[in-house]
Amino acid sequence: MATSDPTVKTTQAVDETGSGTDRILQTRNLRKQFGGLTATDDVDFAVEAGELRCLIGPNGAGKSTFLNLITGVLEPTAGSIYYNGSDITDLESHKRVDRGISIKFQVPSLYQEFTVRQNVRIPLQRVASSSEYESRTREILQRCNLEGEIDTVASSLSHGQQQRLEIGMAMVLEPDLMLLDEPVAGLSVEESADIAELLTSINETDGVAFIVIEHDIDFVESIADRVTVLHQGGIFTEGTIEDVRADPDVKRIYLGEEH
Amino acid sequence: MSVKSSIGVLANRLREPFEGPNTIGNTNGFWIGFLLTVLLFAIYPILFGPYAALNPAQFLVFALLAVSLTFIWGFCGILSFGQVAFFGVAGYTFGIVTINIPTYTGATLGIIIAVAVATAFAAVIGYFMFYGGVRDVYVTILTLVVALVLHTFMEQTAGSQWTIGEAHLGGYNGMNVPQDLAVGFGETGVAFDGVAHYYVVLFTLVVTYLLLRAVVNSRFGYAMVATREDEARTEMFGYNTTFIKLAAFTVGGAIAGISGVLFVTWGAYINPSQFELVAATMPVIYASIGGRKSFAGTILAAVAIQYLELQLTGEWAFVIVGSLLVLIILTMPDGIAPRVRNLVLAVGEWRSNRDRSGQSPPAEEVSD
Repeated sequence: MATSDPTVKTTQAVDETGSGTDRILQTRNLRKQFGGLTATDDVDFAVEAGELRCLIGPNGAGKSTFLNLITGVLEPTAGSIYYNGSDITDLESHKRVDRGISIKFQVPSLYQEFTVRQNVRIPLQRVASSSEYESRTREILQRCNLEGEIDTVASSLSHGQQQRLEIGMAMVLEPDLMLLDEPVAGLSVEESADIAELLTSINETDGVAFIVIEHDIDFVESIADRVTVLHQGGIFTEGTIEDVRADPDVKRIYLGEEH
Repeated sequence: MSVKSSIGVLANRLREPFEGPNTIGNTNGFWIGFLLTVLLFAIYPILFGPYAALNPAQFLVFALLAVSLTFIWGFCGILSFGQVAFFGVAGYTFGIVTINIPTYTGATLGIIIAVAVATAFAAVIGYFMFYGGVRDVYVTILTLVVALVLHTFMEQTAGSQWTIGEAHLGGYNGMNVPQDLAVGFGETGVAFDGVAHYYVVLFTLVVTYLLLRAVVNSRFGYAMVATREDEARTEMFGYNTTFIKLAAFTVGGAIAGISGVLFVTWGAYINPSQFELVAATMPVIYASIGGRKSFAGTILAAVAIQYLELQLTGEWAFVIVGSLLVLIILTMPDGIAPRVRNLVLAVGEWRSNRDRSGQSPPAEEVSD
């Protein structure tokens, strides 16, 4: 069980919400080295069930590496990952998905040659019987506002539609935790607002917890419960968006490295 | 009228398991063409006599081998040059078993053991490749190496120490396998030689074709196709893509093994040249030309190319066939079958548009 530990620095987040037992995800001393480069540096991180957490940080802060460790795409050099209290550090990716973790990659990675219906079928056939395919597909597409595109080939959807479809497909498996890597990168303001609305609705109505990597600070402000700032592979600071925005050190690492 | 419509309903119900977006031939026209083609092959020995069926039998055996590749390459993204290795292993195994047990029992056991050995061989190779993290072009190279190593190994088995029971492996001279394709027990059973063998091959090919169509349109088929399109993404929907690839590869090995048994019982002989470099390339060529995502395309291409090779004897034959292959691959990277299908659909659309515009001109505005 992932009970509180004096060495876990993130217990602060737990204390504020007043409970340490419903952490959906926790990492302990999680470390990933690529040769001499430490991409993830002894990270202790925790997300509550139903929380919407954003991960921000300058380029090269180790955000994507961290996400890849949680999904099992990368193997950590040291440390462990707990999901709903059980150790999933050595679990294969597909088994983590079965436990309730879903991911949307940074690059839209739909099955480009398939129609929208066929795309949805891939996750759907794992959880539904064939008689339910049609109704469940329509349900999902209605949710992400793509009803009219059911027979469209994925490659001819707009970028914003592709992002929404991917989130919809990740939702099919009814996850407890969704990981999104830059869901609004390259999208217009209107398209970003649609995504923000979709994520907030999934978070509030279905109680799904989120970890969202995002650069767009306005987008982060519109969705996040709490924000974690990564810097040089470690957690730089954590708090509400106001706290983080007001923090002069956060400004310094962003300005110092990105501009 | 009602008889006609109930036949239509029955036909639709029969077709259903074999259809879906993963196979390209799903129209009435396609299935009529399928039935006519099977019929044509079925009456061929009746029209031209039993001896005329000898060459088509061989064509269909290699078509079955090519189908084993289409299944794993076209639908799971695994380009293998090793299908001939599973083909060869099954052929030799059938020979070894039946030479040692020259009865109907031996023939029956020979089929079962040969296919089992080929399947197990594919499973072992596949396990080490896919669970060892070998991907994409390295799978192709590795499977080619398997075929060539097997070829080199079998070529040096001429000596008398390379004997299993009564069966001499025979090096590059190969092995004579007098046993016909047969099933039975002891001295009683049924042997399939000559034209009967041809019908067994045709039946096996048609059944395999229909079964594989059902598989690629099933849940497992969707998982295979999704793995082909984007393995990392598919893993993130909770699919064990490594196992999916292994399962598909093993089934491919089993089908190649069946074609190996049918080959050795056709010619009563097998030698290592069946899995040398050129032989290893042929299934890939048949699938490339016919269409790697189309079983029917692969089968027809395999038959057509072998027929052409047989007709064009002489020094220019290879040049002509080779140039034709290069030309087709350059102009149609997905093979002939998808082009034919698009052409048929386009003609159908043009005709329905013409009919519609002839009857009611405003309808054209709403149609897209």
